[in-house]
Amino acid sequence: MLGGGNAGLCAALMAREAGASVVLVEWAPPAYRGGNSRHTRNIRSMHAAPTETLTEAYPEEEYWQDLLKVTGGRTDEALARLTIRHTDSCRPWMARHGVRFQKALGGTLHVSRTNAFFLGGGKALLNAYYRSAAALGIEIHYDTEVLDVNFEGPVFKSATVRKDGAEHVIEARAVVAACGGFESNLAWLREAWGPPADNFIVRGTPYNMGRILKQLIAKGARSIGDPTQGHCVAIDARSPKFDGGIVTRVDCVSLGIVVNRDAERFYDEGEDFWPKRYAIWGRLVAGQPDQIAYSIIDAKSMGKFMPPVFPPLKAASLRELAPQLGLDAAKLEATVARFNESVRPGNFDHTVLDNCVTEGLVPAKTHWARRIDTPPFYAYPLRPGITFTYLGVAVDAKARIVMDDGTACPNAFAAGEIMAGNVLGQGYVAGIGMAIGTTFGRIAGEEAARHVRG
Amino acid sequence: MSAANPRLEELVAEAQRVLAICNACRYCEGYCATFPALERRLSFSEPDIHYLANLCHNCGACLYACQYAPPHEFQLNFPKVLARVRLQTYRKYAWPGFLGRAFERNGLTTALALAAGIAMLFVFIALVSDPAKLFQSFTDAQGSFYAVLPHGAMAGLFGAVSLFVLLALGMGFARFWSDLEEPPGEFLKPVSFAEALHDALTLKYLDGGGDGCTQPDQERSPARRVFHHFTFYGFLLCLAATSVATVYHYAFGWKAPYAMTSVPVLLGMAGGVGLLIGPAGLFMNGLRRDRDLGDPGFTGMNVGFLALLFLTSATGLGLLFFRETRAMGLLLAVHLGAVLALFVTLPYGKFVHAVYRFAALVRFHLERRRPVEGIAPE
Repeated sequence: MLGGGNAGLCAALMAREAGASVVLVEWAPPAYRGGNSRHTRNIRSMHAAPTETLTEAYPEEEYWQDLLKVTGGRTDEALARLTIRHTDSCRPWMARHGVRFQKALGGTLHVSRTNAFFLGGGKALLNAYYRSAAALGIEIHYDTEVLDVNFEGPVFKSATVRKDGAEHVIEARAVVAACGGFESNLAWLREAWGPPADNFIVRGTPYNMGRILKQLIAKGARSIGDPTQGHCVAIDARSPKFDGGIVTRVDCVSLGIVVNRDAERFYDEGEDFWPKRYAIWGRLVAGQPDQIAYSIIDAKSMGKFMPPVFPPLKAASLRELAPQLGLDAAKLEATVARFNESVRPGNFDHTVLDNCVTEGLVPAKTHWARRIDTPPFYAYPLRPGITFTYLGVAVDAKARIVMDDGTACPNAFAAGEIMAGNVLGQGYVAGIGMAIGTTFGRIAGEEAARHVRG
Repeated sequence: MSAANPRLEELVAEAQRVLAICNACRYCEGYCATFPALERRLSFSEPDIHYLANLCHNCGACLYACQYAPPHEFQLNFPKVLARVRLQTYRKYAWPGFLGRAFERNGLTTALALAAGIAMLFVFIALVSDPAKLFQSFTDAQGSFYAVLPHGAMAGLFGAVSLFVLLALGMGFARFWSDLEEPPGEFLKPVSFAEALHDALTLKYLDGGGDGCTQPDQERSPARRVFHHFTFYGFLLCLAATSVATVYHYAFGWKAPYAMTSVPVLLGMAGGVGLLIGPAGLFMNGLRRDRDLGDPGFTGMNVGFLALLFLTSATGLGLLFFRETRAMGLLLAVHLGAVLALFVTLPYGKFVHAVYRFAALVRFHLERRRPVEGIAPE
């Protein structure tokens, strides 16, 4: 098992339960184990009736439509439906390995109908899986980087790894590549995105360098997805370069206006509910000069959204706020004045798609448009925060890696981010990453064991 | 902010930093009451932090689940900073104020020295009143205890100390409660009081959200809760034994010692066993706990308190079984020394956690019924 995140552990546990002997290599030290899974919180779960942690029902068809909508059709329906159905049946297995789900509470983007939340989040889930793995006798090597995967034609032979500065070759009768995308690889991001990538912040693990992804493609695996596609949200520009995780998000975009470096608005901040729109703002900010933007609100909106981790920049007037953001004060005042003039009277209600709109303004703000006129004024600087990339290797329904000529590797499997692009070609819905990782991790582990044990 | 205590100021600032991160994350909200309570706030005043610190039971679940725990650059350790604040809470609200400093010294040595000192005082009293009787053996029928130490002296001393202890604990509570800006009447509102009582009697939050407190190997174990139950209910049974005995003495004129099958002795024996198993278990469990959880009192006041509980029980049971021998006199002095040392240190040792935690739980149940101002979740 290459990679010790959710997908790798699901594969390892399934393979071990099926009687295979399992070695798992994880590049990170124990404190940072688990890749991006340590920053996750929930799994989007199909269910026919309310459960202890999921309300109402979330049928397959609705799940599929949600996925179809965000991907714009860039998905494989068979694999997507396989994933969707799997999320209904995998929860008892997860619970058996110590994963606990939390009862629906506040502050969770109102998704307790569609998503099952891990008690304590993804790191707690990983801890449970690692405990279970240790109890089942799975051999785990931390601080071990996979350097190469060695194939004879489509058949996997061995993996070359580096531990404590020495290289080792691990021979195995099957392999599961579950070692993530390439979002921590700044050079590769630059290759895909050009110079704007230099201003990206990586929200998750610094260990997803995409080395094995690149090698699999070089060795003839069919690549799937586009290197510029990924889950990319607008996060606080003051976040750490890596591993800032969930707290870096800024949830006040729909309450105010967002301006770029030139103090100009560039997109409808009130297009739809924030949980449905947050995933497009990373790309929007990435498209702006210097990849920087500023969410600006006034006193009326303060406290009406989840508190971000960094305090807002604050001033008694826009004129005083502008220099704190490095913006031209006159231009900012003019932009806000133009916005304020075009705001039509309406009944503000942030819980519905209300009738507070602008008139004659480009771009318009189509909901929750209120004049920005009540000091103090607040601003949060925004940058694109890349969460994970969708470029991956093609797999079949048995999680086998598919080669360029269409043949499936008999003993090489892929699970998690490294193959997420099969299901998620673009866009994002909350909890889909863990759905894909859990589904294909479990299938890959089971199939790998079946192959090994004959 | 209390300028008089720079250490507290520093801790409050660190707690504010940590709580802001937790409030933006909220992954741990299913673990215990502390997280829903912090989510009601956008910023955290010093009293808020004292309140949250006393809601936290230091189970450790959130630290191991935390994506920002060290070595992450955010260096987030929620249970540790709250444990440290908690200790400062005890100091800050102690009455009389100057005795608050005792929390930092109230360790094992202080506890044992105090017990020994008081025991010697009792020996001295016994020697002064009738030296011959100290090493004499008495039958139960002879009213052994009061033959050695006069009942009036014993009852008067314990009565006075008990009244002082109750006053000191009550003042600590009142100071804490008013700092939370809660009117006194709120505390006694029946529904929230009953809910808090339920949480306290079942130790609802001493379980890491369901599986028990987290051990250093990240295994979950109910041990801490089980041993706390032994301790708490053992303590209550011993109090009950004393109360029944007091009624016997004053209402019926039945003098101690009582028969082995009498109500006070049976209650006392059961409680005594609880107070041997509980404190010993908590001590052993404490040795195993992760230092990163930062229960700073463990080496100091926790241990002193556990030692006095254990000693009280051990000497009490010893007295019970050897009360018709020549050792009775000394055993009585030692037992009374332990009990009185335990009582005197109650308001300045680990015991006070019961007062502040309970107050915090009542506050939690009061607060969760009130609308949240300002924050509309998404």
